[in-house]
Amino acid sequence: MENLIALLIAAPLVGAALLLCGGKRLDRTGHWIGTLLAVASFAVAAVLFTDMLGRATDDRALHQHLFTWIPVGGFHADIAFQLDQLSMTFVLLITGVGSLIHLYSVGYMAHDERRRRFFGYLNLFLAAMLLLVLADNYLLLYVGWEGVGLASYLLIGFWQHKPSAATAAKKAFLVNRVGDVGLSIAIMLLFTTFGTFAFAPVLDAAGTAGSAGEGKVTAIALMLLLAACGKSAQVPLQSWLGDAMEGPTPVSALIHAATMVTAGVYLITRSGALFDAAPAAQTAVVAVGAVTLLFGAIVGCAKDDIKKALAGSTMSQIGYMIMAAGLGPIGYAFAIMHLVTHGFFKAGLFLGAGSVMHGMNDEVDMRRYGGLRKHMPVTFITFGLGYLAIIGFPGLSGFFSKDKIIEAAFAKGGTEGLILGGAALLGAAITAFYMTRVMLMTFFGEKRWDPDEVHPHESPKTMTIPMIVLAFGSVFAGGLFSINEAFVHWLEPVTSLAHGHPPFGATVTTAATVVVLLIGVATAWLMYGRRPVPATAPRGSVLTRAARRDLLQDDFNHVVLVRGGTHLTDTLVRLDHTLVDGAVTGTAVTMGGLSGLLRRLQNGFVRSYAAQMVGGAAVLVAVTLLMRGV
Amino acid sequence: MADLSFPLLTCAAALPAVGAVATAALPAARRTAAKWVALLFSVATFALALVIAFRFDPGAKGPFQLTESHAWIADFGVRYELGVDGIAVALIALTALLIPFVILAGWHDADTLEEARPNRRWRPTQGFFALILAVEAMVILSFEATDVFLFYLFFEAMLIPMYFLIGGFGDGASGADEGEAAARRASAAVKFLLYNLAGGLIMLAAVIGLYAVTADQLGTGTFSLQQIVQARASGHLTLGTGTERLLFLGFFFAFAVKAPLWPLHTWLPGAMGESTSPVAVLITAVVDKVGTFAMLRFCLQLFPQASSWATPVILVLALISILYGALLAVAQRDIKRLIAYASISHFGFIILGIFAMTSQGQGGATLYMVNHGISTAALMLVAGFLISRRGSRLIADYGGVQKAAPLLAGTFLVGGLATLSLPGLAPFVSEFLVLVGTFSRYPVIGIIATVGIVLAALYVLVLYQRTMTGPPKDDEVRALPDLRVRELVVVGPLIALLLFLGVYPKPLTDLVNPAVDHTLSVVDKQDPKPEVRVDAVPGHHRAGHPAHHHDAEAAK
Repeated sequence: MENLIALLIAAPLVGAALLLCGGKRLDRTGHWIGTLLAVASFAVAAVLFTDMLGRATDDRALHQHLFTWIPVGGFHADIAFQLDQLSMTFVLLITGVGSLIHLYSVGYMAHDERRRRFFGYLNLFLAAMLLLVLADNYLLLYVGWEGVGLASYLLIGFWQHKPSAATAAKKAFLVNRVGDVGLSIAIMLLFTTFGTFAFAPVLDAAGTAGSAGEGKVTAIALMLLLAACGKSAQVPLQSWLGDAMEGPTPVSALIHAATMVTAGVYLITRSGALFDAAPAAQTAVVAVGAVTLLFGAIVGCAKDDIKKALAGSTMSQIGYMIMAAGLGPIGYAFAIMHLVTHGFFKAGLFLGAGSVMHGMNDEVDMRRYGGLRKHMPVTFITFGLGYLAIIGFPGLSGFFSKDKIIEAAFAKGGTEGLILGGAALLGAAITAFYMTRVMLMTFFGEKRWDPDEVHPHESPKTMTIPMIVLAFGSVFAGGLFSINEAFVHWLEPVTSLAHGHPPFGATVTTAATVVVLLIGVATAWLMYGRRPVPATAPRGSVLTRAARRDLLQDDFNHVVLVRGGTHLTDTLVRLDHTLVDGAVTGTAVTMGGLSGLLRRLQNGFVRSYAAQMVGGAAVLVAVTLLMRGV
Repeated sequence: MADLSFPLLTCAAALPAVGAVATAALPAARRTAAKWVALLFSVATFALALVIAFRFDPGAKGPFQLTESHAWIADFGVRYELGVDGIAVALIALTALLIPFVILAGWHDADTLEEARPNRRWRPTQGFFALILAVEAMVILSFEATDVFLFYLFFEAMLIPMYFLIGGFGDGASGADEGEAAARRASAAVKFLLYNLAGGLIMLAAVIGLYAVTADQLGTGTFSLQQIVQARASGHLTLGTGTERLLFLGFFFAFAVKAPLWPLHTWLPGAMGESTSPVAVLITAVVDKVGTFAMLRFCLQLFPQASSWATPVILVLALISILYGALLAVAQRDIKRLIAYASISHFGFIILGIFAMTSQGQGGATLYMVNHGISTAALMLVAGFLISRRGSRLIADYGGVQKAAPLLAGTFLVGGLATLSLPGLAPFVSEFLVLVGTFSRYPVIGIIATVGIVLAALYVLVLYQRTMTGPPKDDEVRALPDLRVRELVVVGPLIALLLFLGVYPKPLTDLVNPAVDHTLSVVDKQDPKPEVRVDAVPGHHRAGHPAHHHDAEAAK
């Protein structure tokens, strides 16, 4: 059975190779080949999942060793895979949602002349993402980690003729590279501390590293957190995600909502044993999570671009997951559970947004929408269900997963627990506000578009079917997972499980969640439902204007990094010509006493300098010989 | 010592030399024939390099194999002594692999000269290809020579054909008129020559000094690397600390100019910028490798104590090279100069790895030499194809090329991704090994060096964005033809190799590891041991893995 693991990755990888190298003759069938291979990978995942369920809970992990990758001295890296419950969860999510989005893209990209290449990149992404979650060591994970970064780069910049898309793609890659530095250093530290960077031995040893090792383990965990911040768009490396919306919408749904951006959560959960041994690093993790969940939510409130509003929301929801993962064994399982339910509803919301754009001539400004529910009933209903799920409407997926995180945050105990729980509750209120705002501006109210120019219409079946399937997930997944805590117990062998000490009962938390939810919805309705939405954005308060500009992070980057960097490099260029070159030549001239050399350089008589140099060398030889006995 | 079997190593160097003569001998009218003859000889040389690689037994005892040894200048103890270790085999294979692509890529590089003045006395086409083969012969010999003097001879002699290749052939894309372009080329070539000659002559002094020392202490002077290493190990030959350091510096200076190491790098951007792309590849991917190779073979093995003494300074210079080269690459306006500065950054990594004195560092550095050769060749040659289409090296003259020439843009991107060491491609393996090898002994330097990977992404992606994406710059860009068959034949295999060696570098590491271990044993350095004994942890059991044995006691 373990030999099937490689097949999971091989199917989309073959697809990528075929579609990217296949040439024009695959233009007419390429998208179906890509979709088929994604589905094939999902089928293999289903087989492996069934097999896994059939085995005892402590005997579910599979291991496949393909070959030795890099053997140099004590440094030993393998191409080897590990499929346990955590990886399995991700594999199902990636191939499942991935297949649906392939199908959706068949319709969405129908009129793009480079559709074959688009599917090639999507397949490449699937392969890299699967590699990321299946690797059995950190270095191979790194390959998947950068592979998804590459796919993301290619797909954000898919419409390369748009300078904004090319810039956004570059920005995403660069910010992620900063995170990658963290991952590189973490692996180097793992190697020097443990002599290996394979999961099993490192995680076994993490707890027993002893007091001498705690500093090292903390450093490793912090570096992993840096990596997670880059990939998962967490403060302070969050700035790329909003711009990444330049990519085609299916990409936003698959990569920048459901799967790739959650890789940071995977990394932290996978490295749980390391974080558990480094409480200081865990504090940093929850801090990053709590700050980002508020940051993203605030940004989401101010955006008029539907995709950017959703991007802010993604950042914020991943903030919840990161925070949960930072709580340790009381939070890991809930982080992953929220990750899965979020995968359903956020992918669904993005596909819905794409469907709206498809019907609205690619308009993204919600101020030019309005009243669309009559024109796009399927989109409206599926989007609406996703909306209810994300705000945590009781009974839907998001309710179960988010509620658990809020509970776990309070259960952390002490002041820290109160702050985290409070932040999570506040975030829930803001989530309800901005999502209601999106909903109202898009589907309700007066139409703010010109019926002569725009003819909103429902999207084709290839697009609506994935939306319907994801809507089912948004509604039921959370509830199903929570029956007898099935999901938590499923993951328990990998993530371990602990119960905290909540300061008050679960009912109180749930009640509080519902109250803040209602406050958020009501506020949004007062502002955007009761009165008409202006077609051009009002100036807004200082906070609104700052939030529109992603709370000024980009301005900071521009002034400090871009302008400062340009100044630095320009200065260096000048110095390279004058100072460095001049100093070296000058020293040579002075030392060799060959002052005539420079003058003759203009004459071009190579022979004459050669002769002079031989003379100089003779002097040197003499000196060397004299110095011999020294 | 002498091996009476077939002199493979001599043949590997003689073949391109014969090819050079044969190419040069063809009459002016037989231009096309000259190209094919050169290509044929370069391919045959590659075949022979493969034979060497397969005949070489990485597991065998002794530092050198396929040795040949003949008396040459008996009075001065100079011998014609050849031999290869795994590192040399890898670099000979790289050289022999790249030359056919260099020749194919430069297929039309001499044509403009032919057309400009058809009746000139010398034959540019024949000359161009003969010079390339001559460089190949000398580079291969310098990888093979185990006699210090023999090495020195070819190390210096290759400057002559390189000088003519840089000064004689331009890409006509400098934006200046031909007269000014020729003047700039000449000045770049002279600068190349002066820097390298200065380095070489200082080395000559050290070579003679070494001879004098051996003559003094051993009775008969010798240049034989092995003999000196053995004599030093057995205590027959003792160098005073000062002498060893002086001699080391003499050798190192020459290699640092060639490598090139900051602040001796300033000849490289000019030389690479003004010459044609295939010649630029020859400089950075082939010739410069002799410098870093020689640091490993001669500096470390002849002068182990002095190498350790100089290590801190060299590491800092290498670190400066990494960051400085990358920062300057970011600011370049000329595509070829950008790639040149990127190479300076990469050579910083190679030197860092060598002087980290760990098996990962030196193994990584050797792999880096090979991988950098392939990745830079891919990037530079595609850049050359682009430049030849538009006749400009300036980044600002391009934009939106991928619309007109998607294959060209795609291969350029792959070359760029290799240059920024994307995991999955070969350079990642070597760069990571260098970083981890450095980090395990010098954590702070290792961490600062990782900044280089961010900067690499910056200069590569900015270059790609400005040249390839966006709306097409103008009608000329809109009409750019995509890669031709000859050009695809050049780029395709290089990209395939980058992928293969990224996923399966084991053939290369198997080849290199024993040689690195030997070098480290001569320098008397051992890898730092991990701090936590993973094997001692209960429950640690993984199928399919040989258990690593770590001695926790030794770590103390």
